[in-house]
Amino acid sequence: MTELLVGTKKGLFTLRGGDSSFEISARAFAGEPVEFAMRDRRSGRYFACVTSAFYGPKIFVTDDLAGEWQQAEGLALPEGEEKALIRLWTVVPGIEDDHLLAGGDPGVLFESRDGGMTWELNRPFWEQPTRPEWGPGAGGMCLHSIATWPGEPGKLAMGISAVGVWLSDDGGQTWRHGNGGLIPRYLPEDSREDTFDLCVHNMHRAPSQPERLFMQFHGGVYRSDDAGETWIDIGTDTGLPSDFGFPLVIDPDDPDSAFVIPLVADLDRVTPDGRVRVYETRDAGASWTERGDGLPAEDAYLTILRQAFARDGSGDAMSLYFGATSGDVFGSGDAGATWFTAATKLPPVHSVRVA
Amino acid sequence: MPVVKLRAPLTELTGGKRELQLDGATVRDVLQALENEHPAIAGWILDERTTIRQHINVFVNGERGREDTTLTPEDRIHVLPSISGG
Repeated sequence: MTELLVGTKKGLFTLRGGDSSFEISARAFAGEPVEFAMRDRRSGRYFACVTSAFYGPKIFVTDDLAGEWQQAEGLALPEGEEKALIRLWTVVPGIEDDHLLAGGDPGVLFESRDGGMTWELNRPFWEQPTRPEWGPGAGGMCLHSIATWPGEPGKLAMGISAVGVWLSDDGGQTWRHGNGGLIPRYLPEDSREDTFDLCVHNMHRAPSQPERLFMQFHGGVYRSDDAGETWIDIGTDTGLPSDFGFPLVIDPDDPDSAFVIPLVADLDRVTPDGRVRVYETRDAGASWTERGDGLPAEDAYLTILRQAFARDGSGDAMSLYFGATSGDVFGSGDAGATWFTAATKLPPVHSVRVA
Repeated sequence: MPVVKLRAPLTELTGGKRELQLDGATVRDVLQALENEHPAIAGWILDERTTIRQHINVFVNGERGREDTTLTPEDRIHVLPSISGG
C-alpha cells in the first residue's frame, strides 16, 4: 500500500493505493493552502507546511494521520526585525537522529533537534551580510531545496529563488555561494557576472555520489560534479523540448539519473504542445528521453510546481508521482516507462510526497 | 539619446523593434516617450499611475532602475519580466 501526501491550495489530501488505483483516504487543513507535506521515515512523523491567509505560516506535526495535528514551535523570525516569516516551503530530514531542516520565505533556514517539535532559526544564514541586497521573485524569496550529504551532517547545499545556491561544510555555521556557471538569461548580459539574483527552481543531490547535484533553474537545467561549487549546462541541445520547468527528481541508486517536467517558458508555464511528458536522463544530462506513455497527450496545458514531483524506491521499479495545478495527480510504478492517473479534480496541487 | 532594449512579447507592440532611441531625463520620461511613439505598448510597462508594473524589471546599464532614475544620453535601459516563483 502506497500513501501519497498531496499538498493543495485547499488542504492536505492523503491518497492510498497501489499499482494504478488510488483513493482519497483523508483530508486535513480544509480550506487552507498546504505548501508541502512529508513523512519522516525515521520517526514515522508527518509534517505539513500550512500558510493560512489569516494566521500566517505554520508547521503542523502528527504521528497519526487519523489523529490531531500539533503546531510545531519556534518557526518565527526574531522580534524587532522588519521582516516576518511569509511561507514555509520544505521540510527535510537531516543526517543525524532527530535533526530536521526547514526552508522558508524570506530565504530562511530553520533547524530542529528534537524530531520536529521545536525549531530554531539558523542565525548565520539569517545574518548574511548581503541579505539586504537579496531580491525575491514575484513568488517570494523561497528556500525550497535543502540537500544533505549522506554520512556528512556538516555538508549542506541549499537552493533559493532567487538568491542562488548556498553551501556549508560546517553544519550551517558558515555559508558561501555555489553559483559558478549558472547563466540567468532573464538578466541583461552586463549584469549577469557576480550577481546572486539567481532563480533556482529545484535542486537534488545524488546520494550515491554526493558531490553530484542536479538543478532545474529558471531557464536552464544544470549538473554539478563538485558539490555545487560550479554548474554544467545539461539543458541545451540535449533533447529537452524546453529547459524551463520547476521540479526535478533523481533515482537515488543512479548518480547519472534525473527526471524533469519541462514547461514551455517563463512566460508560458504550461506543458509544451498540449502534451504532458516527463523527461529522463541516465547519462548525467548528455541526453534526455521522453517518458509520457499514459500521460495526457493532447489538449493538456498543465503546470507542475516545484514540490509537486516525488519518487519512491529506485531502479526500474522506482515509483514516480506528480501533481498539477489542474488538480490531477499522475503516477508510474516502472520508473516513468508507463503512467496512470492517481487522482483528478483535486484543488491546485502544490506538493506531492510519498509517505 | 538613451536606448531602450525590449524582448518579446513587448517587441510585438513596437513593430518588431528591439532597440529604440528615446529622449528623456528619467526612466519614466523614456518609457512615456516609448508609449508616445508606440501607443500599443501603453499600459504594458507603466501602469495608469506611471509606475513600473510589479512584475517588470527595468535595468539601467545593468543596474536595477526605478521610475525616477535619472538618465544620460549614453544610458541603456533593459525592460524584462521579473522572475517568479512557482
